[in-house]
Amino acid sequence: MPNIFMFEKPIGMRDTLPDLFRLKESVRSRMAKETKLYGYRFLETPSLEFYETVGQVSAIKDQQLFKLLDKEGHSLVLRPDMTSPIARVASSHLLKEGNPLRMAYSANVFRAQEKEGGRLAEFEQFGVEMIGDKTLSADAEVVTLLTSVLQAAGLSHYHITIGNIAFVHEVLLHYGGTEERAGVMRRYLFEKNYVGYREYVLELNLPENSLQILNRLPDLKGNEEVLDFALELTEQNVGSAALHELKELAYMLKKAGINSHLSYDLSLVSHMDYYTGILFEVLGDHVGFPLGNGGRYNELYRNFGQDAPATGFGLRLDRIIEAIGGFDAEEPPLCLIYNDAGQFAAMEKAAALRAEGKAVITQNIAGIAEIDTFTKNFTNISYILDANGLGAES
Amino acid sequence: MKEQLTVAMPKGRIFDEAVELLRKADYQLPPEFEDTRKLIIELEHEPLRFILSKPMDVPTYVEHGVADIGIAGKDVMMEEERDVYELLDLQISACHLAVAGLPNTEMSKVAPKIASKYPNIASQYFREQGEQVEIIKLNGSIELAPMIGLADRIVDIVSTGQTLRENGLVEYATIKKVTSRLIANPVSYRLHEREITDMVARLRNVLNVHA
Repeated sequence: MPNIFMFEKPIGMRDTLPDLFRLKESVRSRMAKETKLYGYRFLETPSLEFYETVGQVSAIKDQQLFKLLDKEGHSLVLRPDMTSPIARVASSHLLKEGNPLRMAYSANVFRAQEKEGGRLAEFEQFGVEMIGDKTLSADAEVVTLLTSVLQAAGLSHYHITIGNIAFVHEVLLHYGGTEERAGVMRRYLFEKNYVGYREYVLELNLPENSLQILNRLPDLKGNEEVLDFALELTEQNVGSAALHELKELAYMLKKAGINSHLSYDLSLVSHMDYYTGILFEVLGDHVGFPLGNGGRYNELYRNFGQDAPATGFGLRLDRIIEAIGGFDAEEPPLCLIYNDAGQFAAMEKAAALRAEGKAVITQNIAGIAEIDTFTKNFTNISYILDANGLGAES
Repeated sequence: MKEQLTVAMPKGRIFDEAVELLRKADYQLPPEFEDTRKLIIELEHEPLRFILSKPMDVPTYVEHGVADIGIAGKDVMMEEERDVYELLDLQISACHLAVAGLPNTEMSKVAPKIASKYPNIASQYFREQGEQVEIIKLNGSIELAPMIGLADRIVDIVSTGQTLRENGLVEYATIKKVTSRLIANPVSYRLHEREITDMVARLRNVLNVHA
C-alpha cells in the first residue's frame, strides 16, 4: 500500500468548500421550502444501520453497500439510501393507523468506494416518500411535487421519463411464455442492452406476432400517443390495466399544469425487482448521469411487517447543482479593521450592524500578515483606529 | 433546428468501416475524414461532432456523457460493463473472443495462468466454466505469453486466426462473437431522442434490419 499524503482523502469522498456549500444550502432550502408547501415533513435517521434490516431490504445492491462491524460483531451499513431507513422508522413508530404519511429528507448516503473518478462514495440525496396510499393520485402528487422541486431548485432544462413496470412484466410474460424467459428479458432491458434483448427474443423461436411485439417493446417511447399505440399493439388484457394507469396519470398531470418535460418509455426498467408500478427517471442538461429516480414500491414495507403501498422520489443534490451550473455571486461581509485602541468601538459597531442582519468581520490589524492581500477579499472595509470609533473608510 | 450530437469513434480498424456505414446512411462526411490526425472533428453540413479515441475508451466517454453516442466493439462493452444503452448491432468488424494456447497442452492443475488484455472477460469466462484461474493483464502481443511460458492460455480477439497460426497457437474455445455496436449515454438517449432515433432508423435501413 502506498504511503498516504497529508492532503489525501479516502476514495470517493469530497470536501464542500464555502462557495459550493453556500450554493448547496440555497438550492436545498429552496427545494425544501417547496416540499413543505405540499405538507411533507422532514426527518433524520442515523447514518449507521444494521446490515440485516436496512442493508438487506435496500434497493442498493449488496456489493455497493459500505459495510462495517460493531463491537458485538453485528454487520452494519452506512445507509445506502433513505427510503429503507424511513420504512424502518415509519413501520415501527409512525404508521400506526395506516393512514397516508408524507415524509421528506435531505441527507448524505453512502456507496462502496470505486476507483474511477466521478463516483462518489458519499453524496446528498433529497427526496420524499408518500407512504400508505395506493391510489394513482399519490403517484401524480409525487410527480407533480417532483417538477415543482426541480423548478424551485432553478433547473429549466429537465426531463422526466415515466414507465410502468407492471406493463413490462405482463408483456414479457405473456409473449415470452415463461417467468424464466421474462426474467432474462427484463435483465437485458435493465442493462439497457437492446441488442442482447433482441438476440435473445429471436432465439426463443416464438410465433411471429409475439416476436414482433417483443421486438418493438424498446421502441415504445415518446409522448403520450405511445400509450394509445401500445394499447392497439398488444392484445386485450395484456398490460392494458397498466397502460390505462399511465393514461390516467398523464391526464392528472396535464390537469396539474404539467405538459412539457415529460415523456413515456414502456420498456423502462430502472431496477430489477424493487418497483411495482409507475416508475420514472429524472434527467438534466450538462450532466451525463441521471439526476434521480423514483416510483411506486408496494413490497418494501412487508420486510418490516407492514402492508403499506408507497411511492416517492430521490434526487442527487450534487448532480442537480452540476446541472444548474455556476455560482451566484455572494456579497462579501463588511470588514472592520481595528487596532488595540479601537477594539471596543469596533465591537460595538459590529454588534449594532449584526443586529440589523448585516454580516460583519472584525479583524485586529496586528493579526493580519499582509494588509494588501487581506483587504483584496472585501469590497467594503472600515478602519477603526481609536477609542471613539473614528478611522478611515475605504 | 437539430441539436448537435457528439459521437465517440474508435481509432483504427473499426473506424473505416464505421465511416463507410455512416456514409451509406446518408451522413455527409468530408472526403478527407479518414486521413485526419485531429482528435475532434466538427462537421459543416451535419449537426455532428466526432471525437476519436482508443476503442477501449469509447464506452467511458459515452458513460460520462461527454459523448452522446459512440461506436464500440462488443468485446469492449463486455470488458468495461459501462452503464450505457446498447442500441444497435452494426454488424461491422466481425471477430470473436477466443481462448487459445500452444497445441496439445493442458492447463496447470495448481494455478492456471491466463494472459489477456480483457481481464474481466477472461475471469468471468473461466468462473463460468467452474475453473479458478490467475489472470495476467497484458496490453498487446498477447500471443507471446504462452510461447515464452508466461501463461497457459490467452483470451483475445481473433478475426482470421492468422496471427495465432503464424505463432503456432491453436484455439481451444470460442467465448463470444464480436461485432461493433451503436451505444448511447442514458441522459442523451432521452434529451436527444429525436436525433438518436433518426440515426438508429437510418442505420437499420442500411443494415436491412427491422424492429
